[in-house]
Amino acid sequence: MTIALRAQLEDRRTFKLDLSVPLLLTFAALLCVLILLPISWLVMYAITEVDPATKARVLTLAQFRTLFSDPDLVEPLITTMIVALSSSVVCCLVAAPMGWLVARTDMPMTRVIRALVTASFVTPPFLGAIAWEILAAPNSGLLNKLYRSATGAEMDAYLFNIYSMPGLIFVIACYTFPYVFVLVANALDRIPGDLEDASSILGAGTWTTARRVTIPLVLPALLAGALVAFLQAMILFGSPAILALPAGFHTMTTKIWSLFQYPPKPELAAAASLPLLFLTVMLLRGQQMILGRKGYSIVGGKSGEPRLIQLGWLVVPALIFVFIVLMLPVFLPYFALLNAAFSPIATTLVTPATFTMKNFYFTFFELSTTHLALKNTFILGAAAATIGTVLALVISYATARKAIAGHRILGFLATAPLAIPGIVLGVGLFLAYTRPPFVLYGTLWVLLLAYITIELPAAYQQLQSAFRAVHPELEDASRILGATRLQALRDVTAPLLRTSVLATWCFIFVSTVRELSAAIMLFTSETKVVSVLIFDLKESGDLGAIAILGLSMLVLTFTVVIFINRIPGFGGSGLRNT
Amino acid sequence: MIKKKLARRDVLKGTTALAAVGMSGVVFAAPARAQAPAAAAITPELIEAAKKEGKVAFYTAMDLTLAQRLGRSFEQSFPGITARVERSGAERVFTRIAQEFSSNIFAVDVANTSDLAHVIHWKRDGLLTPYLPEEVVKHYPKNYYDPEGFQIVTRVLVSPFGYNTNLVKAEEAPKSFADLLDPKWAGKMVKAHPAYSGTIMNSTYQTARELGWEYFEKLSKQRIMQVQSATDTPKKIALGERAIMIDGAGYLIIQYKEKGDPVDIIYPAEGTPVATSPSVLFKNAPNPNAGRLFQNWMHSREAQQILVDFARQYSPHGQTVEKPGVRKLADIKLMKEDAEAIEKGAEEIKKRYSALFKV
Repeated sequence: MTIALRAQLEDRRTFKLDLSVPLLLTFAALLCVLILLPISWLVMYAITEVDPATKARVLTLAQFRTLFSDPDLVEPLITTMIVALSSSVVCCLVAAPMGWLVARTDMPMTRVIRALVTASFVTPPFLGAIAWEILAAPNSGLLNKLYRSATGAEMDAYLFNIYSMPGLIFVIACYTFPYVFVLVANALDRIPGDLEDASSILGAGTWTTARRVTIPLVLPALLAGALVAFLQAMILFGSPAILALPAGFHTMTTKIWSLFQYPPKPELAAAASLPLLFLTVMLLRGQQMILGRKGYSIVGGKSGEPRLIQLGWLVVPALIFVFIVLMLPVFLPYFALLNAAFSPIATTLVTPATFTMKNFYFTFFELSTTHLALKNTFILGAAAATIGTVLALVISYATARKAIAGHRILGFLATAPLAIPGIVLGVGLFLAYTRPPFVLYGTLWVLLLAYITIELPAAYQQLQSAFRAVHPELEDASRILGATRLQALRDVTAPLLRTSVLATWCFIFVSTVRELSAAIMLFTSETKVVSVLIFDLKESGDLGAIAILGLSMLVLTFTVVIFINRIPGFGGSGLRNT
Repeated sequence: MIKKKLARRDVLKGTTALAAVGMSGVVFAAPARAQAPAAAAITPELIEAAKKEGKVAFYTAMDLTLAQRLGRSFEQSFPGITARVERSGAERVFTRIAQEFSSNIFAVDVANTSDLAHVIHWKRDGLLTPYLPEEVVKHYPKNYYDPEGFQIVTRVLVSPFGYNTNLVKAEEAPKSFADLLDPKWAGKMVKAHPAYSGTIMNSTYQTARELGWEYFEKLSKQRIMQVQSATDTPKKIALGERAIMIDGAGYLIIQYKEKGDPVDIIYPAEGTPVATSPSVLFKNAPNPNAGRLFQNWMHSREAQQILVDFARQYSPHGQTVEKPGVRKLADIKLMKEDAEAIEKGAEEIKKRYSALFKV
């Protein structure tokens, strides 16, 4: 009798505890649908074609034959590799010394420098590309005009030609180097001073220590940064669409996009997406392996403050280097946009006499899609941020606390979208949601799904580390005192995580606002967002309106970023996990 | 006129009624005439119904400032109805509509394309609804609208050369397509793309027909700056980014020249490519009445005069008053438009073009 009663009690307790299980299972199912559905359609389309006789889908490898034999498709693939590799190398060459200067030397103004790196990170790459057109188009570019008037050079002499492969590599690197910088600077921050001290005590000079101790310790982070930079450059759509097409070449992303021109070739587009997906998975595996090895470097924990190297007179060239680097993604492009916004001609310097509000008026009072696009962007940003944060919160709880069986799978699913380039996800979602049972194309929902899927990995990783920082004993105490798991979460853990949650929300919001490559595949006229509107305006060369919209976008983004930075304990950590 | 109109409508009603009971012969003696919709006026009922819908969605390939100007004038003429303009290149408009329709999204009321071949597609697929505004029947030459009312030419576009007068002296400017092959223009020319722009689809087809694809093969060696829209090339030469515009919206060159930009127009000796730019009304329009009202108004003298005065385009409306500064269409040696050929050959044209120009 007693035994039976106890068993019953225990049963009840398990039942009470298990309330959270169905909830978590629901989220797991949701994740599966979110990620597996578009990818399955993608693969299905890539390996099948419609038999003209029976109208049924039959298996075929024809798409892949075309993909690897048609020069129209092989060339973009090669170009993409060259562009991605070069910009990754450029990023490392620039970001590694900068990261070292900021983290390990006594260089002043490191806060400002870090803030400016964040600024170049939040600048949408396509906007940067347009700004660089204004600056460095061979003939009308402001910098080339300056060069000609300074040197009295010929009419068509130019210093820079942004419509070229090097131009594209340069612009991509401008907005990709923050990834490398943050990885390297964070790694350097974490290297305990003891190791370097030990080296010094054993008689090594500053440079020997750097060569034999510091650099080997930071090398994994640098390599990981190089991979991330390669990845980002490979999957970028906006910058190549803006700079490569005028130069007369395609990259893989612009090619995939052009395959949707009438008559659309979704099968070929799906097949062309798969190499990108495959490469991304490989690169992320590589990054994991490299970062996994890094474990040994922080064995000592944060035992000692990193030692700062005295730069002495070298501080002057160091500062000059850093500010030239930051001028390229931030100061110059912002200046170009401001100029274009208030000048009657985008590529002529505005004077008090020519200052005009015409573009401002046109964009906000005549352009009929502005309000719609701003509204959609805002709704989508807020909704994606809210839902994404909740989703990431639940999953990271489940994995950090090992709350359900199979939590590993959940964690894997949440990080899996990292391996899906935006444009590939766009193609997959387009294929998945233009047909029953889920006809979502043409609604904001499909864009919302895209944004959530894209941002989930970063959000998940941020919140997971936040959960790890809150020791489970606090929850255990609450559980012992009789609270259910959900109550413990609500009353104990949630308040402790508030800052991280808010930061994650803002991070998703900002990233959603600047997203273009998935949106370009999924928008309809009713569901246009600002990034797509800017891209459309670019097609017809309406630079004034672009500048105004771009600046509004930046104002919106920076408001949110500054808000993040005001929350204590966050700083630029949003960068860390992307 | 009203009497005639009523009579025609009665005939139409009769046709349907008789066809419905399976009697034919007498009425079908003049089928073309029987199918033409009655010429429609802007009636208070139409305005009222349009206001109930409250909005109209207009997809167009025309330059954004013009499209917005038309939209705003429409809104001012009919307060309470907002006009939302969705602008991109004609080929992208076409793709967009195909993509939306294939997913059963019906967001477009009126579309204006610069590629007549699109109308052949849409009409064949049964996507259009016939509608003939009164003014069109009265004042438009017969070749500028479909007698069945599926399409009305809103404007006639030419795609001449343009050049930046600061960069090129008038006497040195290229006079013909052949001149563009001169090595001295290498790296100095800008060109729009037939996969994005309907005007350029037309000009590419017509130029290839007149001069052969060998011409484009040679042209592609000239390090051309490739942009997408026919409305972008004039902007590029106005900025001085390139000296010569090979193709694009002639009307923008005239607009910019009159505004004081250093640009001028050249009509090539071999002939200037031409594209009529028709507008259509969709059967599944979400705002059928506002759509009709817009289609009617856009082809009225009032709206057409905006095209002439503001946009410097050619209007098919017989009563628009010409404003000096634009060469008369009759005085330009034009190439011949062939929508059927483009309808059949568009994919081939795009393929050959991208093989040569790499994008």
